[in-house]
Formats: sequence, structure tokens, C-alpha cells
Amino acid sequence: MALYNKTIWELRALLDKKEISPSELLSSVMERISSVDGKVKAYVTVLEDYAKRQIKNGIPQGLLSGIPIALKDNMCLKGERTTCSSKILSNFYPPYDATITKKLIGAGALICGKTNLDEFAMGSSTENSAFHTTRNPWNIERAPGGSSGGSAASVSADECIAALGSDTGGSIRQPASFCGIVGLKPTYGAVSRYGLVAFASSLDQIGPMTKDVRDCAIMMNVISAYDPSDSTSVPFDRPDYSSGLTGDLKGMKVGVPKEYFIKGLDGEVEANVRLAIKKLEERGAELIEISLPHTDYAISTYYILATAEASSNLARYDGVKYGYRTEKAEDLIDMYSKTRAEGFGGEVKRRIMLGTYALSSGYYDAYYRKAQKVRTLIKQDFDNAFKAVDVIATPTAPTTAFKIGEKASDPLQMYLSDIFTISANLGGVPALSMPCGFDGKGLPVGFQIIGKHFDEVNVLRTAYAAEEALGIKDRKPEI
Amino acid sequence: MKLTIKDVEHVAKLARLKFTGKEIEELTSQLDSIISYIEKMNELDTSQVEPTSHVIDMKNVFRPDEVGESLPREDTLKNAPVQENGFFKVPKIIE
Repeated sequence: MALYNKTIWELRALLDKKEISPSELLSSVMERISSVDGKVKAYVTVLEDYAKRQIKNGIPQGLLSGIPIALKDNMCLKGERTTCSSKILSNFYPPYDATITKKLIGAGALICGKTNLDEFAMGSSTENSAFHTTRNPWNIERAPGGSSGGSAASVSADECIAALGSDTGGSIRQPASFCGIVGLKPTYGAVSRYGLVAFASSLDQIGPMTKDVRDCAIMMNVISAYDPSDSTSVPFDRPDYSSGLTGDLKGMKVGVPKEYFIKGLDGEVEANVRLAIKKLEERGAELIEISLPHTDYAISTYYILATAEASSNLARYDGVKYGYRTEKAEDLIDMYSKTRAEGFGGEVKRRIMLGTYALSSGYYDAYYRKAQKVRTLIKQDFDNAFKAVDVIATPTAPTTAFKIGEKASDPLQMYLSDIFTISANLGGVPALSMPCGFDGKGLPVGFQIIGKHFDEVNVLRTAYAAEEALGIKDRKPEI
Repeated sequence: MKLTIKDVEHVAKLARLKFTGKEIEELTSQLDSIISYIEKMNELDTSQVEPTSHVIDMKNVFRPDEVGESLPREDTLKNAPVQENGFFKVPKIIE
């Protein structure tokens, strides 16, 4: 088995015993990128020189010493291009590191590249990237999901050892599901967003995308921390996120919400998810049918709140302080409007328009305020459910990976592919996707585990037991 | 169709965006169908429900009013499309 195939924890042992060097490992990953990224197109920027410089300057000792990690290209890395896969930021070189970038580097990680996304993380397929569409390593005619499609594909195709993604409505979990990897959206407030390009600030959260559950826990031990630079960061004593990885679920209560097994859920997806739930029972968990009655309203609520927040957050792209500026402006207002019209892609403009409409005079109460109230109901659904259960098990997405181009012309159809992931963002609860099987076309099926606020330990405990019981994690795509 | 082309043109102005006539037409019909879907929210009676703006129960976050580190001026200007004498340069706004 090549080095690039391995997990963080396998490589940790080899590096610590000095059986391999960080340079050998980096070369292995870079060779892998050279041989497959022409097909997969996971990266916007490969940072071979940056990572080599890190090795030359001496790598700090830590959980990730010598491990090549990829960053979604909406996270700032000082001095290296950070584009958000947008024309408007195509020439942006951040003058500072994001907090999570500092955390990774401080733990010894080698930053091996910046991965592709839907422009400003708005999308579910990476087709909205201004640069190129990333391909699903399991079938290059299919979408890797999005918006963290580049991170998911790079992990799945072994073009990095692990990656970070960001998740506003499912952007870590849905691509993790499509690409057959593990992806965790932590609790809102667990991981700092300082230096993450903002999309919808009340929903955005950074999280790990990894080859297995153990690696996911290791990444959480590095990135979950209080950060005074992010006023939504929550101060509390972080647990050891690996502490629940025993394989045993005795005493755990797992909720199965009936609203997630509905018409529109693909039959093969349902069968695989039901099998995974049965495995949890075999490991000692008690299954309880529950109800999350407002699930059906999540998409409506989300597409008001997320677009309203985005319209405000993206007001900063005006061609003055950084980013693209139009060449032919008559006056200042004309410069703003033309810069934005030329710099943003279609989906970003559509969402800015929807958000601006929802916040505009006369519509605020009917849309924005209403959505905030429905959000309360969705959050209460979780509060009530978690009085009876420890975690909730659902499918991650209603289907396996769809074809590239299949939903590109119908924005609403694309939005509906987030139906099972959005509620966790609205409730602020942690949620993980892991592979639980394959459909008849050989595409991975995603299994979602949702937990209580700041209870990632039990989410990871459940996922680890399922991973052990299912025994499919070593299956790799043929590229 | 509830949303008119005029509405969309007005919102484009508020959002500092520009569209061609054909784009406005397409956008009007797309936004109209998205908004029709979103109005599903109105099935719910929320008259007794408080809005949520922040899911974790946190109040205002303060820090001591102390001078911290800041970026050097050269670094902040490095990404500017046009700069002059240490300033961001924009088109003339006063006649």
C-alpha cells in the first residue's frame, strides 16, 4: 500500500518510529496529485513549495507532524492565493492566517493545497466554481457534491491525507456522502471561523473531512478550541474527541426520525442506511423512533436566512480594498455594480438577490423574521428529541452522487438535495456523515449521525462502532 | 407569478448588481419559483414563537479595550486593485 493511501493514525505511527520521513510522505502525496488530479480536479492550488518550505524550516511536534492536509479554498493561508473559487477573489493573497490554519500548522501539518468549491461555498456540486468542476473519484461523470467537493474528492482520491471543509447547509456532509469519506460539521461555536471567508455567519462551521472516524477525532482534537478572535466561539473545556472510540454502544439511545424516511428517498440509500442502523443495535444501542416534525420547513427557512446573511456578508466585495475591480466605471456606484456584476457568478448573484429581497423594506417580517421563528421550531425539535435519545441516525442525502449537469439548470432542484443536512445547521448541532454501503452503480451511500450541542464525542462513538461493524472503509475508488 | 421584473430591477439596485434584460427575465422567473416554494413557511402559525438569531445561548461578547497587534499598512494595501500614497484609490465622488 502506498503512503498516500494511509490514514493519519497509521502514518503517525510510521513517522514516530522514523520508518518514513515527512519528505517521503509529501512526495508520495504530490506524485498521487500529479497522476490523478488531471481527472479529479480537486485542487485550485497545489502548495508543494509551501509544504517543502515548512519541512525545511522545521515542523512543530504535534498530532499532525508531517501529515499533508488540504484546505478548502475559502480559508486564509497567509501569502498564498485564497480564491473562494470566485473571479472576484481570484487574485487575493491574505495578509494573515485563519485561526484553524494556525492550529494545523502549529500541530505540525503540512499544508499541501487549496481545494475547489462552489463559489463562496454556495452550491451542492462544485459546478458553481469559477475555475472548473471537480469530479467524483468513484465515477468522473458524477458530481463530488458541494460545496466542499474539492476537499471531499481529494480525500477520497488519496490526494491528501485529510482536509478541512466548511458547512453552512451540508457542505461538508453531502460531499462526504457522495465521495465515500467521513465528514463532520461540529457544533456551532466549537471551531473558530476567524479567517474563513464568511457566507452565512449564523450557520457556517469548519470541520474535518477524513478517511476514517479515528482521523476525524484526531482532527477535532487539533481544531476545536476557543478563539477570542471569533465572537461566536464558545469557551469550554474541550474533551478528548477520541475518548469514545471503543466500538461499544451499550447504553446509547439512537433516535430514528420518521421524517427522514420519506418519498423521494432513494430505495437503495434507504436499504443501506437501515442496515447501518441495525448494526448500531448489534453493537448494543437501543433504537427509538422519534419525530422531528418541522423537518419539511428546513429548506425554506435556510434559503431565507442563509441568503439574507450572505447578501450582507458579500457587500464587502466592492472592488476597493481587495479583489477584482472592473476596468470601465463611470463613477463610484457604477464601479461597485459593474465590479460585482463581472466578479460574481450566477448562483452567487441569485442568492444575493434573494437575500436582499428578503431583507428589503416591506418584506423583512414576512420572510426574514418568519424564517427566524421557524428556526426556533426546528431547534426545539432537536431539543425535544434529545430528551429521549443520545444521537439521531438518518441518511445524509436522498440519493447517491448525481450526474454533472443534471441539476445545474434548476436551482430549486439543487437546493432540495440538501434536505437532510440543513436542519443540523439551523439547530447548531453537530452532525457527521460516513459511508455505510454502495448502491448498484458502485456509488457510496452516506449515513448521518446527529448529536447534542457539544457532544461530538458520542457522535464519533456511534460512527466508530458503525464503521467497525460495517467493515467497508478500506474500499477505494479506481481512478 | 408574484414577483415582477420591476421588483427584481429594484432589488438589483439595492444589491449593487447589474443585469442584462434577458438576465432579469430569467432571474425573475427563478426567484419567483424559489419564493413560491419558500412560502411553505406560512403554513405554520408562529405568532407565539420567538425568533432565533443565535443557536447557542450567548450574550454580548466583550473584550478589554486594549490595543492589540494590527497589520502593517503595506500588507493591507497589497491586495488593493488601485492604491496611491498609502490610500485606496476610487473614482472621483465629488465634482
